[in-house]
Amino acid sequence: MAVKQISIFVENKEGRIKKAIDTLAKQDINIRALSIADTTKYGILRLIVSDNAKAIETLENNGFIVKENEVIILAVPDEPNGLNSTLAVFDDKDINLEYLYAFASSKTDKAIVVMRLENMEKAIDALKESNIKILDNEDIKDL
Amino acid sequence: MFWNEEAECMNKEEKEKIQLERLQKTVKLAYENVEFYKKRFDKIGLKPEDIKTLKDIEKIPFTTKSDLREAYPLGLLAVPREEIVEVHASSGTTGKPTVTAYTQNDLDIWGECIARGLKMADAEQDYIIQNAYGYGLFTGGFGIHHGGNKMGAITIPISAGNTRRQLDTMVDFQSEILTCTPSYAMYLGESREKAGIALEDINLKAGIHGAEMWTDEMRKRIETSLGIKTHNIYGLTEVMGPGVAQECNCQNGMHIQDDHFYPEIINSETGATLDYGEKGELVLTSLTKTGMPILRFRTKDLTSLIGEKCECGRTTVRMTRITGRSDDMLKIKGVMVFPSQIEKALLKVAGASPNYMIHVTRPDILDEVEVKVEASKELFSDEMKEMERVEKQIQASIRSETGIRMDVTIVEPESLPRSEGKAVRVIDERNL
Repeated sequence: MAVKQISIFVENKEGRIKKAIDTLAKQDINIRALSIADTTKYGILRLIVSDNAKAIETLENNGFIVKENEVIILAVPDEPNGLNSTLAVFDDKDINLEYLYAFASSKTDKAIVVMRLENMEKAIDALKESNIKILDNEDIKDL
Repeated sequence: MFWNEEAECMNKEEKEKIQLERLQKTVKLAYENVEFYKKRFDKIGLKPEDIKTLKDIEKIPFTTKSDLREAYPLGLLAVPREEIVEVHASSGTTGKPTVTAYTQNDLDIWGECIARGLKMADAEQDYIIQNAYGYGLFTGGFGIHHGGNKMGAITIPISAGNTRRQLDTMVDFQSEILTCTPSYAMYLGESREKAGIALEDINLKAGIHGAEMWTDEMRKRIETSLGIKTHNIYGLTEVMGPGVAQECNCQNGMHIQDDHFYPEIINSETGATLDYGEKGELVLTSLTKTGMPILRFRTKDLTSLIGEKCECGRTTVRMTRITGRSDDMLKIKGVMVFPSQIEKALLKVAGASPNYMIHVTRPDILDEVEVKVEASKELFSDEMKEMERVEKQIQASIRSETGIRMDVTIVEPESLPRSEGKAVRVIDERNL
C-alpha cells in the first residue's frame, strides 16, 4: 500500500519554505516527514502530512503549486546494513530509485524510509515477494 | 453583419476621395490651431494647401510619443477647452503619460469604430457585453463602453479583476461578448475550468481582445477554454484608443477604420514609406478627430498592410497581427529578438505558462539572457529529473524560435512583476 506524499514548488527566495510551513501550521496540519531537493534556483519540498486534501487546498489558496503522488514508506532496521538489504531488493530487479529520505521516530526503534521509484508497481511487487512490510496510512499515523 | 456597410465596403476611388478631403481638413485644423504643428510645418516651408493628393501626406513630419509628452497635459488641443468632454492617458510606465482629449464628436467617432467591431463579432442589440477592460484613464474600458452604447447593446461595466465575480456574471447574466486583455481572457478561461463551471453553463459567443501583444497559440487556448471566437482589436491612446482596427470573423488581419484613420507603413530606420505587404512601423493620421487631431503618429508597432478586399466583404485596409514594437526589439548577441517570440516558444511547450520575463545582462563582454517562466501545476513535478527535462524543453523551444540559447528559470506563479495588469516582459540591464 503506497502512501501519498505532497510536493511543493518553492523558489530559492528568502522565506518561501517558511511561508509554506506556516500555511500548513495555520490549518493545524501536522508534518510527519519532510525533505527538500534543491538547485540554485528552486527547490522541491516533499512532505508527508496528516491531511493531504486540506494541505493541498490551503497551499493552493496561498499561491503554491502542489502535487500529490505515491511513495513507498518502509521501516528498516536501525542498524548497519539495514537500508542496504532493502535496496538490494530493487537492485536485483533493476528498479531505479528516484529519491529517498529517512526519518527516525521515537515510537519505533526502526528507521522510517520514504522512497519513490521509477516503477512503483514493480517496486511494490518486489517488496511483497521479499516479505518486506510496506507501511500504510494507518501505520504512519502512529509514528 | 455590418454596422456601417457604406463606410466599411466602400470602393477604392470613393474611399480615397473621402480620405483626401478629410486629410486636408484635418491638416488645416491642426496647422491653424495647434502651435506644435504650425511650427513643424513652417520649419520646412510646408503649407496645408500643399497637400493635394494622399501621397502628399509623406511631406508631413512625423509626430512621436516624446512630442506628445512635451505637450503634456493639454498642449495639442485644436479646439477651445470648453469643447473637450473627456480625457484619457497612457499608463506612463516609460515616462510622463501621454494624454488624449476628446470632443463629443471624437467620442462619437470612437463609439462608431467600436460599434463596427462589435458587429464584426456578430453582436446584437440584446447582447450583453461583459466589459472586463479596466475603467479609468486607460482607454480600454471607456472605449468599449462608448461603442456598446452606440450600438445599443447591454454593456456591463464590470472592469478588470475580481475573477469570481466575472465568472458569476458570465453564468448569471449569460453574457454573450467578453471584452478584456488577452492575458486576462486566458486567465478567466483557466479559472472557469478550475471553478468547475461547464462550458454549457456560460453563453459567451465572442471575445474582443487587445491592448497587449498575443499569439495564435494564445488565441487557441482562449477559444477552447471559453468556447468563443476571438477578435484581435488594435488601438492606442495617442491616436484614440481601441477600435482603430479589429478583426472580423475571418480572423485574417484587422480592419483599419480607414475613413477615420489613415495608415502608412514606414521603414523605422529611414522613415521611408513602404508598400502594402511590406513589414515596417505603422504610422497613423486621424482624419476626423477634432479635439486633438494627430498627424503621422509613429506607433512603433511593427505590422504590414493588406489592401485586398476581405472575404467578409469589407474593403477597409487590414493590418496583420503586431509582431513586435520597434522599441521593444532586443538585440541579443547581435540577433533581433522580440518578446512575442519567447511567448510563442513557451506556448509550444505543454504546461508552460505564457507569463515570462526576459532578463538581459552583460556581465563581461557577452550578452547573457535568462528567461523566467512562471510555474504551473502541469509543469511541476516532484522529481528533479523531470523538472530539468521541462527546462531543457523550454530552452530548446526558445532556441528554435529565436536562434539563441537562453537560460530558463522556473519561478513561482504570480511572482513576476506586473504593471497595471500588463506584464513587464523585458528587463535589460546591459549598459549599452
